[in-house]
Amino acid sequence: MVILAGGILFIMILIAVKRNHRLACISTLLIISAAIIAALLQIGEKPNAIGEIVVVDRFGIYYQVLLLSATFVISIFSYISLERFFPNKRKEEYYLLIMLATLGACMMAISTHFISFFVSLELLTISLYTLIAYYRERAKSIEAGLKYLVLAAMSSAFLLFGMALVYAISGTLSFIGLSAITPPLNSSGALMLIAGIGLMIVGIGFKLALVPFHMWAPDVYEGASSPVSAFIASVSKGSIVAILLRLFMMADLYRYEKVMLAFIIIAILSMLIGNLLALMQNNVKRILAYSSIAHLGYLLVAFIAGKGMGMEAATFYITIYMVTVIGAFGIITVISPADQEAGEIENYKGLFWRKPFLAALFTIFLLSLAGIPLTAGFMGKYFLLTAGLGKTEWPLAFVLVVSSVIGLFYYLRVIVTMMKPDENSASSTSLFLGSSLGGILVLTFLGLLVVSLGIYPGWLIEMVRSLNP
Amino acid sequence: MILAWLIIVLMGCGLLAWVAGRWNNTLPRIISLAGVGIQLFVVVWLWLIHQQGNVSGRWITSYTHSWIPSFGIQIKFGVDGLSLLMLALTSFLGILSVLASWKEIKHRVGFFHFNLLFVLAGITGVFLSLDLFLFYFSWEVMLIPMYFLISIWGNENKVYAAYKFFLFTQASGLLMFLSILGLYLVHGQHTGVYTFDYEQLLGTVMAPQTAFLLMLGFVIAFIVKLSTVPFHSWLPDAHTQAPTAGSVILAGLLLKTGAYGLIRFVLPLFPQASHQFAPVAMILGVISILYGAKLAFAQTDLKRLIAYISVSHMGFILLGIYAFNQMAMQGVVMQMVVHGVSTGALFIIAGALHERIHTRDIGQMGGLWRKMPKMGAIGLIFVMASLGLPGLGNFVAEILILIGSFSDNKALTVIATIGLVAATIYSLRIMQKVFYGKEQKHWIVADFGFREMGIMISLSVVIIWLGLFPASVLNLAKSALISLSEITNKQAQAKPDGNNRKYPVPNHSVVGMTVIRENSLNNQINPKAQIKNDRTGY
Repeated sequence: MVILAGGILFIMILIAVKRNHRLACISTLLIISAAIIAALLQIGEKPNAIGEIVVVDRFGIYYQVLLLSATFVISIFSYISLERFFPNKRKEEYYLLIMLATLGACMMAISTHFISFFVSLELLTISLYTLIAYYRERAKSIEAGLKYLVLAAMSSAFLLFGMALVYAISGTLSFIGLSAITPPLNSSGALMLIAGIGLMIVGIGFKLALVPFHMWAPDVYEGASSPVSAFIASVSKGSIVAILLRLFMMADLYRYEKVMLAFIIIAILSMLIGNLLALMQNNVKRILAYSSIAHLGYLLVAFIAGKGMGMEAATFYITIYMVTVIGAFGIITVISPADQEAGEIENYKGLFWRKPFLAALFTIFLLSLAGIPLTAGFMGKYFLLTAGLGKTEWPLAFVLVVSSVIGLFYYLRVIVTMMKPDENSASSTSLFLGSSLGGILVLTFLGLLVVSLGIYPGWLIEMVRSLNP
Repeated sequence: MILAWLIIVLMGCGLLAWVAGRWNNTLPRIISLAGVGIQLFVVVWLWLIHQQGNVSGRWITSYTHSWIPSFGIQIKFGVDGLSLLMLALTSFLGILSVLASWKEIKHRVGFFHFNLLFVLAGITGVFLSLDLFLFYFSWEVMLIPMYFLISIWGNENKVYAAYKFFLFTQASGLLMFLSILGLYLVHGQHTGVYTFDYEQLLGTVMAPQTAFLLMLGFVIAFIVKLSTVPFHSWLPDAHTQAPTAGSVILAGLLLKTGAYGLIRFVLPLFPQASHQFAPVAMILGVISILYGAKLAFAQTDLKRLIAYISVSHMGFILLGIYAFNQMAMQGVVMQMVVHGVSTGALFIIAGALHERIHTRDIGQMGGLWRKMPKMGAIGLIFVMASLGLPGLGNFVAEILILIGSFSDNKALTVIATIGLVAATIYSLRIMQKVFYGKEQKHWIVADFGFREMGIMISLSVVIIWLGLFPASVLNLAKSALISLSEITNKQAQAKPDGNNRKYPVPNHSVVGMTVIRENSLNNQINPKAQIKNDRTGY
């Protein structure tokens, strides 16, 4: 943590002294690796709590390492993307922002108190406003940034109000303290508590882009550059999942049936609407946005299943989802021509014959998102279903199955498009820049990870099982 | 270990073929041929071991390796007579489909063979798996490459057909996955042992209603694969649009995985529920037989016509499986093999015709015998096979199924027999329209070449051999089928609350045909049926 925070200062000074994109990127990567190592060194130690504010336990460290690694990979893609789309502009501040956002995300993973939760969330969100609008010459980018700003501020207000209501009833802001509260018998107190939690669900639901708080996602994904979209889909959502699991587990909010009912409805809506709306999209980034809505809906199935298996399944799933979605956005970054990002599905026509290797990797990522065997997504979905069925959540599991069949349609559509013969292949090969080696190496690694987790997920399952918040 | 290698070799050769395809178009073909050849070799070797009779226990050989221990998932392969027979069919048709696409596929040869070998690997996995998770895994593995085969190398309407194929099978497969998970959890809650191991899951105690629901999940997946009416509509599209090799594998192997699943998993795992479901399944089977036959008669597209023949023939399989007696079951196994061979041959002929005259419309053919006497003669053999001419394999299969199911349900069997008459009509129509009659257009075509004759002669030899010496196949599967039905019956009886239908081993039911008597020594029929048999004076 300290390394990350210190690193941010270091980069800031570095930029003041000498502006060099490559230098900024490399030092960012070094700082992140140092932070990962520092986190890994703590893994054997006992849970280390600082008051009621934060606790550094295995669960927190796992998520921190996960989020940091994700940022590491995204930074590499960002370098490619910035070099290509933003050649003569200031690029170095981007790394400051992305590290600030990661700092927020990592803090969130270890928060056990509403104050630390809110502070880290704001740190993450405010950095994101700027990141989304970073390509300031593009109208869509600015639009996306503003949209996110307005709506995120709104949702933060909801979250705060929810916290205030909970505080008014319980008199405590720590998660543990909340678990000791039994709602008073008189109905108004209980009602206020539920309302408070409900408002918090609105805030969290917004950040996770769950239906019905999902409206921003497609526009923001489309407007932001691919690495930033990957960041929103992976790091931002991953950290919120971490805090959600911790909040519900520590404060034992599973007690309140009405809250869980709300989550069941949100999960069903997210799965169905996310997948159905994705069917109508013609832009791959929008498709991925809607698919991420659906995937978070899947994840809620495990979350609703509760402690133990449910927590493990959710953690496993978000890990796999992060790997896959970063890979998918990475492909978009790497194959994009210089003038414009390869968003439209038409850009992918014939990719399989132009760039067979990248197309094969993209196919692997898409199949993993669709949950087809031999890829990690299948194992994730298996874990979710087992968790759901273990708690006899049959309707949820059934909706999951039905909606993932719907989901297949649009993943297959992208794959089929890639395989269509390209009529004007001669002109378009020159249109596409030679892909950078570093990006391809990272993508290969991610692809291998997805396949190997799909074939042999044992080690990750064991690791996830050993976490206990 | 040899079983795991079967799959690894196929997948490895697939990857190799893809890579090799970048430099050369012939290399991938040779690599795939070698890969499937190795499989055939191993299968023959296992068969020889089996023939010598020094096999102890249920499995000829098996292989277990832990995979994801925390969920009780393991890699468990086992091969008995039934799976060995299916493997033999897989590798035989696998070699033929590589050969059949030798000239047909000219683009992206490497990737084509990659997909082909991965389909075969998935199918091999399905026939070998003894762990339900692994089974579902293989079940899904074979879909994606098949989807690619149809959607890249298919005919004019390929994308639609590929979608339809994929969504039908995937949706039904996921239902099966829910059932597998349900079974896993029910078993775990009862015994405290959470496992996907097939042999341990046999005999899971559960409420009849749960069993029925779980069984439905499996059954839907399998009868969609089996293309039973009303779930058949993916099949004509997929078969018609797929390239020749794809059609051969679809008809010859993929459909059989459904039948195999019913025999290997549904009946032993849910004996009681299967008995409840039997009347419905048999009715669906009969409807498929007749409806498929009727639609086959109405088609003008040759490949579509053959596809509907498959629907009709698969109806016999469903009828036979749910007749619950040994004779019908042996007929089913026979039907699985002969249908693979005969329909595969018909598809190769249709593919060869399409390659030559670029149409599948039988209205534009006619009088082709004079141009292509070799193709005509071979065509005649397989058309006769599919209408069930005695002396060819299909006859044995269908007659066994019909006799077997007659003892279980007279009325339905009688109706099903009409299917044989219908088969004669649609089969002869193929001959008439394609090879005889007036020439519609003056095609300039070459007859079968050396490679194609090689394919066709090996298929013809097999179908005639199966017709004359069916015992060789039936003996192989017999012990496996008997042990499966013993499991089924034991569990049906073990149910204390179940109805008291017992399935004693009768003294030899008297059957008039020597071939059948030889193979029905362990025939098990229920008492009711036996009385029927006696009365009808068999």
